[in-house]
Amino acid sequence: MAESATFRIWRGDTAGGGFQDYTTSVSEGMVVLDAVHQIQAQQAGDLAVRWNCKAGKCGSCSAEVNGNPRLMCMTRLNQLDLSAPVTVEPMRAFPLVRDLVTDVSWNYRAKQGIRPFRARPAGADGTWRMAQVDAERVQEFRKCIECFLCQDVCHVLRDHRMFDDFAGPRHMVYAAALEMNPLDADDRVRDLRARHGIGYCNITKCCTKVCPEGITITDNAIIPLKERVVDRLYDPVTRLLRLLRGGGDV
Amino acid sequence: MPGYDTSEHDVLVIGAGGAGLRAAIEASARGARVGLVCKSLLGKAHTVMAEGGIAAALANVDDRDNWQVHFADTMRGGQYVNNWRMAELHAKEAPDRVRELERWGAVFDRTDDGRILQRNFGGHRYPRLAHVGDRTGLEMIRTLQDHGIHQGIDVHMECTIVRLLKDGGRVTGAFGYERERGRFRVFRAKAIVLATGGIGRAFRITSNSWEYTGDGHTLAYDAGAELMDMEFVQFHPTGMVWPPSVRGILVTEGVRGEGGVLLNSEGRRFMFDDIPENYRSQTADNAEEGWRYTQGDRSARRPPELLTRDHVSRCIMREVRAGRGSPHGGVYLDISWIKSRLPSGAEHIRKKLPSMYHQFKQLADLDITDAPMEVGPTTHYVMGGVRVDGDTQMSSVPGLFAAGECAAGINGANRLGGNSLSDLLVFGKRAGEHAADYAAGRQLGEVPAPEVEESARRALEPFERGTGGEGPYQVQYALQDAMQDLVGIVRNEPEMRRALDVLADLRARAAQVGVGGHREYNPAWHAALDLHNLLTVSEAVTRSAIERQESRGGHFRDDFPEKDPACATFNLVVRRNDDGSMQMSRVPIPRMPDELRRVIEDMK
Amino acid sequence: MSATTAPVRLPVRRFGETARSDRWWIQPLVVVLALTTFLVYSGWAALQGDHYTFGPYLSPFYSPELLGTSPHNWFGPPPASWPSWLPFSPALLILPIPALFRLTCYYYRGAYYKAFWADPPSCAVGEPRSRYRGENSFPLVLQNIHRYVLFLSLAVLAVLFLDVWHALWFTDPVTGAVSFGVGVGTIVLAANCVLLSGYLLGCHSLRHVVGGCVDQVSRAPLGHRAYACVSCLNRRHMLWAWCSLFTVGFSDLYVRMCSMGVWQDFRIL
Repeated sequence: MAESATFRIWRGDTAGGGFQDYTTSVSEGMVVLDAVHQIQAQQAGDLAVRWNCKAGKCGSCSAEVNGNPRLMCMTRLNQLDLSAPVTVEPMRAFPLVRDLVTDVSWNYRAKQGIRPFRARPAGADGTWRMAQVDAERVQEFRKCIECFLCQDVCHVLRDHRMFDDFAGPRHMVYAAALEMNPLDADDRVRDLRARHGIGYCNITKCCTKVCPEGITITDNAIIPLKERVVDRLYDPVTRLLRLLRGGGDV
Repeated sequence: MPGYDTSEHDVLVIGAGGAGLRAAIEASARGARVGLVCKSLLGKAHTVMAEGGIAAALANVDDRDNWQVHFADTMRGGQYVNNWRMAELHAKEAPDRVRELERWGAVFDRTDDGRILQRNFGGHRYPRLAHVGDRTGLEMIRTLQDHGIHQGIDVHMECTIVRLLKDGGRVTGAFGYERERGRFRVFRAKAIVLATGGIGRAFRITSNSWEYTGDGHTLAYDAGAELMDMEFVQFHPTGMVWPPSVRGILVTEGVRGEGGVLLNSEGRRFMFDDIPENYRSQTADNAEEGWRYTQGDRSARRPPELLTRDHVSRCIMREVRAGRGSPHGGVYLDISWIKSRLPSGAEHIRKKLPSMYHQFKQLADLDITDAPMEVGPTTHYVMGGVRVDGDTQMSSVPGLFAAGECAAGINGANRLGGNSLSDLLVFGKRAGEHAADYAAGRQLGEVPAPEVEESARRALEPFERGTGGEGPYQVQYALQDAMQDLVGIVRNEPEMRRALDVLADLRARAAQVGVGGHREYNPAWHAALDLHNLLTVSEAVTRSAIERQESRGGHFRDDFPEKDPACATFNLVVRRNDDGSMQMSRVPIPRMPDELRRVIEDMK
Repeated sequence: MSATTAPVRLPVRRFGETARSDRWWIQPLVVVLALTTFLVYSGWAALQGDHYTFGPYLSPFYSPELLGTSPHNWFGPPPASWPSWLPFSPALLILPIPALFRLTCYYYRGAYYKAFWADPPSCAVGEPRSRYRGENSFPLVLQNIHRYVLFLSLAVLAVLFLDVWHALWFTDPVTGAVSFGVGVGTIVLAANCVLLSGYLLGCHSLRHVVGGCVDQVSRAPLGHRAYACVSCLNRRHMLWAWCSLFTVGFSDLYVRMCSMGVWQDFRIL
């Protein structure tokens, strides 16, 4: 591995900014976040970067490395071509705060708009029973560390800025975890279509590709939810069946 | 407060990890207007790093478990200097707190009959840890977060508190700054709950994130509260040691719970060589029995890898110092060997330890289903913290509460794995409950303007010195080196005395630290302001460690390598003298009620 | 110290603009070339109305041959009343079903939105248009008919399996005797059916129907197993989609070439 590498880091704030090159030494096993920290400690003390655990568990250090949305703490330098400068820039879908830090508060507001978990009544002993296989389907979604890289890469948010119409892949995963939870008694299917804009997803699977937790966002969360929306709102046969059974939302 | 952005709350919770969120939810449920301040974004707190599980005697897997056994395990693990009342409450209330999480949407792993599955862990006699693979902390914080955001709590994200404000002896507010914009903030509150976590960043090798700079400890100490048990720092036996950039990152105890074994460079399972007397009757004396235990055989005793963390850490250090370590100064932790016992071993490992599998694959290019990991001790947890009342979690300062890692008592000299998540829930709830009750009968107090002005002025001093002065990072690194090398896993008086000198010198350097740039999201400035906290807790740790002239739990001294029964009768407490110096005192441990005493005797 | 201002966003990237340094355009380009090739070939082949059978083989483009003149036809030749201005080919009656299935398939949708519409051209690459309606409203909301097309396609698939059975019985042109046999064509048609099954049975809509629609799949042991099987195939849905697309085209080509005498069918048994 090369002994030093150049990092082209976006510096700036609301007043404007641009890329600045920093050359720093690199050693075995280093990740992009290490390099950023090293630059911060030695060359640019006020280089703003958000991070916490540095172990891929908290989802704070999201950025775009060579144009790809990544967690800086999980991007090893030996996966990158160090012969050319490595570009590091903030997530482009969100408003900039400073340098590599963006304002992700929209995500928190969007989540609040989704109906929360409501437990169905417990069994006689005050506890709930659930089969492991059913738990596992939900657990995949609950691996989400809320790094918001999927939100960043999703073109509906990134390029079309439809923050008012579409809750984004992260919240589709969140809704899927609630909808498919056997213990949940609430219903979000109509909301998914009308308020969370599931129809805006055009299944290009970029969210799945960038997910650092390997959640199969599109195939396991969004498409199954789309199918549930079809059941409820578009499919005349399932609507008729519900009507005949005399229950539910028709 | 004129000139400052001021918010008013009945209860202000500082810290939004498991304890802070749980406290905020509880206080809010009792009708209090709650403010929740967190240093990072909501849901990023260090609780996400907890892997193994939540210890609670649900008895879903082994019906012999009950609160008495859990209580006795906790006391034994803490070497009997715990606050027995807290240990009792914790053991009794943890099961309800876990079921409550499920009611709020947590999805735990299940038993065959669909109940919450529990796993084995170091120091716990029966399988007791409710878990979700190896990401239990994430599940817990997300559940609390997703529940909490609908409770009407005001969340102030990316905001750091630098000082508590008092009026007439009781806390009335807090002063801090927004990290994003650099603006100062004043919070007025009738009661404050500290839930800021630990102090791991005072050491070079740590599993803790940057946030763990002992803020709550220092805020309380500066406000006149007492810190207790600060000598007891837990070094987790298994942190990553290679490559250098990931040194210290945690390798969950769950690896050993699933059958992982510790080996030295000669391939010997060295943990069998030294089994402490008080655990001998519970510990397997051969590999076969240990394996059967990890596979759920109720008649088998646990393998020595699952002894308490303090002991395993010291055994690893012993092997490394004797030259039997791995190339990068650790030992080997091997889980891949279970393939010889389980036909689908590799699949089993990936399923049971998914985060560990990915962590090593991504960060160390190592497939743990194929090769052993290199591991070594890493600073993980501080048992010490704010001295609180066991029932109410209130400190000696009226209106100031503390819960979670920043409070002392439940864990004594050593914490058992899995007890921290249950601690957060049990005492987070209690702190929220009692803080709300305390606030209910009171009016907002005055916040003293001169103190606010002084704090603001002091906070801006690093900018005045500019980049001409020494940067904060250099001081921070020097402090971490000193604490790691002089007050680390193995301690002695001369080294710790030297550490005190170094700390005094660093305090002088910290007073001269300068930063450039402006106040918006300026990490150097944040680091400069955190130095005071790091220095305070480091001094408290060092002074307490000098004072305790024995080895007990997480505190090991090679000049006093044995446990001294005379030292089992007191806790060490530090508080701030009026002149700013640190005052040390020995506080006798109150006598345990006979019924608890009997529980412990019965379990021996 | 700067004054506080509202946060700003970095500008939206222009069409094709990206900081990615890899060759992101290769994948959409390959999709465009492959799909265009197939569309052109299948359109041409479907309009031929000729050379779609050879011996016991029937091209999958033409199966089932509802109306037609080959021995494989179900209901006789096309009616005399068929308007002369409308071109007739047996394929036109049946090909819309598999075509519609692929058109509304969740995998192909994502792929052609990217490759043909540049919506987006590739992940984290700028787009040509700022307006976007997605599948939220007409016309793309019609994609939701996918499950019905699936049921029709499954019926067609069953017929294709029947065709494989027929392709095992060869008629001696001299004696007229029918005997069991296996030709290369039989293998081609069979392989096509296997790959089509892998594709159709891994369909997202099917996954929903057999178990995805309920929260407790574990309750119904059979449903649970079906859900697991469909999920397993679904994980490689893209691969099945492309492989079966190739074999279905190749099957037609094979029959056509044999029928035209360009290729010789080889009898294995």
